[in-house]
Amino acid sequence: MELNSQIKTALADPDKKILLMTHIVLGYPSLETNRQVIEQMVANGVDLIEMQIPFSEPMADGPVIVKANQEAIEHGITVRRCVDFAREMTATHAIPFLFMTYYNIIFKFGVEEFFREAKEIGIRGFIIPDLPPEEGEDFFALSRRYGIAAILIYAPTSTPERMRELARYSRGFIYCAARKGVTGKQTDFDASFNDYMRTCRANTDLPLAVGFGISSKEDVDYLTGKADIAVIGTRTINLVEEQGVAAVGPFIAGLR
Amino acid sequence: MNHKAMNKPGYYGEWGGAFIPEVLYQTFCELNEAFQKAKADPAFWQEYVSLMSTYSCRPTPLTHAENLSRHFGGAQIFIKREDLNHTGAHKANNVMGQGLLVKKMGKKRVIAETGAGQHGVATATMAAKFGFACTIYMGEEDVMRQRPNVFWMEKLGATVVPVTSGSKTLKDAINEAFRDWVTRMDDTHYVMGTVCGPHPFPEMVAWFQSIIGREACGQIKQQFGRQPSRVYACVGGGSNAMGIFQGFLDNPAVELVGVEAGGKGLDSGRHASRLAAKDGSPGVAQGYKSMFLQNSDGQMMDTHSVAAGLDYVGVSPILADLWQKKLVRFAAATDAEVMAALDLTMKKEGLIPALESTHAFVQAFKEAGDLGRDEAIIINMSGRGDKDIFTIAHAFNDPSWKEFIKKKGIEYGA
Repeated sequence: MELNSQIKTALADPDKKILLMTHIVLGYPSLETNRQVIEQMVANGVDLIEMQIPFSEPMADGPVIVKANQEAIEHGITVRRCVDFAREMTATHAIPFLFMTYYNIIFKFGVEEFFREAKEIGIRGFIIPDLPPEEGEDFFALSRRYGIAAILIYAPTSTPERMRELARYSRGFIYCAARKGVTGKQTDFDASFNDYMRTCRANTDLPLAVGFGISSKEDVDYLTGKADIAVIGTRTINLVEEQGVAAVGPFIAGLR
Repeated sequence: MNHKAMNKPGYYGEWGGAFIPEVLYQTFCELNEAFQKAKADPAFWQEYVSLMSTYSCRPTPLTHAENLSRHFGGAQIFIKREDLNHTGAHKANNVMGQGLLVKKMGKKRVIAETGAGQHGVATATMAAKFGFACTIYMGEEDVMRQRPNVFWMEKLGATVVPVTSGSKTLKDAINEAFRDWVTRMDDTHYVMGTVCGPHPFPEMVAWFQSIIGREACGQIKQQFGRQPSRVYACVGGGSNAMGIFQGFLDNPAVELVGVEAGGKGLDSGRHASRLAAKDGSPGVAQGYKSMFLQNSDGQMMDTHSVAAGLDYVGVSPILADLWQKKLVRFAAATDAEVMAALDLTMKKEGLIPALESTHAFVQAFKEAGDLGRDEAIIINMSGRGDKDIFTIAHAFNDPSWKEFIKKKGIEYGA
């Protein structure tokens, strides 16, 4: 099943007013910890998981995820081990898994080779923050051919015109960055955020995910009715660092 | 610029592009528009040249290095004196040009990355003159090895942020500058210091730096009567090289030689040679496609050079194209060769080139003797070496300098 229909099915569940997507940095602090964290996330109702393949130059990420990328690489994570781990996760859990990474990782792997392997192991989508449609013609063509959703990003600086252009390339959903800046800092939800969400909604038929600075039940409640998917990224990395893996389950369960 | 993009805007052959996060899309549209407008306006270039001749020291001289020429017994060696720019390096050219552009765009704050600190000092100077707020990102390792430049940036009113992520050098400073820009693009311009990064930066920086080549082309004709056989420039990101090469790209009789950091030797794995060594491969990072020093997964490697300004994983997409088309030859100079060439240049000519620039001297010295006395070569002395006093004194293991530092330490209660 492709991501579009998986999300539609999930959104049709009357108990779920908003879906939850979480973020994992593969190999940080270890694949074994990733495995346990993902198990807790799935057991507590997470709907989608984006797995970040570490890159040495994560330009769009904030300090917590930058450090996670760097340490995962220092501890010997490789793209091959990430793909093998993803194969295990998609075989173990029924929810859709996505890859998030920077373009160089896919470019070096071989773009088509990467799609072929991702398809084989059941990855549903890619989020590549440094690949705008202008630079990714081949990539977006392959995304359609292999039926793996290329998820594009809206930013508060995107004009309605630009949003419509991005929507033509995006599949599955649109990832709306809640604010300017990098991942991990708190977001202020104010009137301008509401205007932004209305503009996003008006310029695509795709479901909207909102990420950047979403860290609590209050945030998720606030997004309910405005967005279709709330994205929790940096918060769970901090949680595992501060309180250990066991804290993840109750945290996720308490989000909605 | 002579060397035009071949296909898509911002591409040089297969290299270049603008691999930017969506949040900067609009900012880049505005920047492209402002730059293309400036480039098409002869009055803008006039304003730039006039500023550089009154605030900096343009045109910079072309010096005939008679003693060095005699020493090697071959080609007449000419040195393009970018060290005589205000702030001591060619970096001022690009920075003042972008400063004029920032004024036209109406922004109030500038940010920049710096490796050796020369670009940071130049940006801080420009910000002071034009009344902009200024933040400079500098790898923690470079802060340590270029302390005098940190001091001057702060005294000029800039905030210097040491970058502790990654390898703590130039590439990490660039990442951090981008992280600042994606947060504050409305009032802030990122003054990229070299001919790298997303389009239009390579084109823009090359355009401002082309002033070096325009001058050198006329000066050598006037002083020597004809064009040089070869032109040498060091290549980190590649801005001084692109600057001087553009004066000679049209003339196939002039051989252009880019000299990268050979560090501890090309076989040591501890160098920053993307094109002269076999270790570079195509990649996409920091917003552009070029040749990078990276592993098979695409993770960038730690680079090494005695010269902080050459210690970088990527190289200009324009130079990658010229290299691929064999229009520029690439060589590498090791740290040890650089120290020897620096010593010789100081003793023979009374010139102190920056460690970065000295890389170009090394290759020119290797080849000068093979050329005829009726031929000329030009070395681009991209900057002056006084900023490197701590590194150079350390490398020369200078006893009286060490004694001085010890005494200063005691004075400060160390």
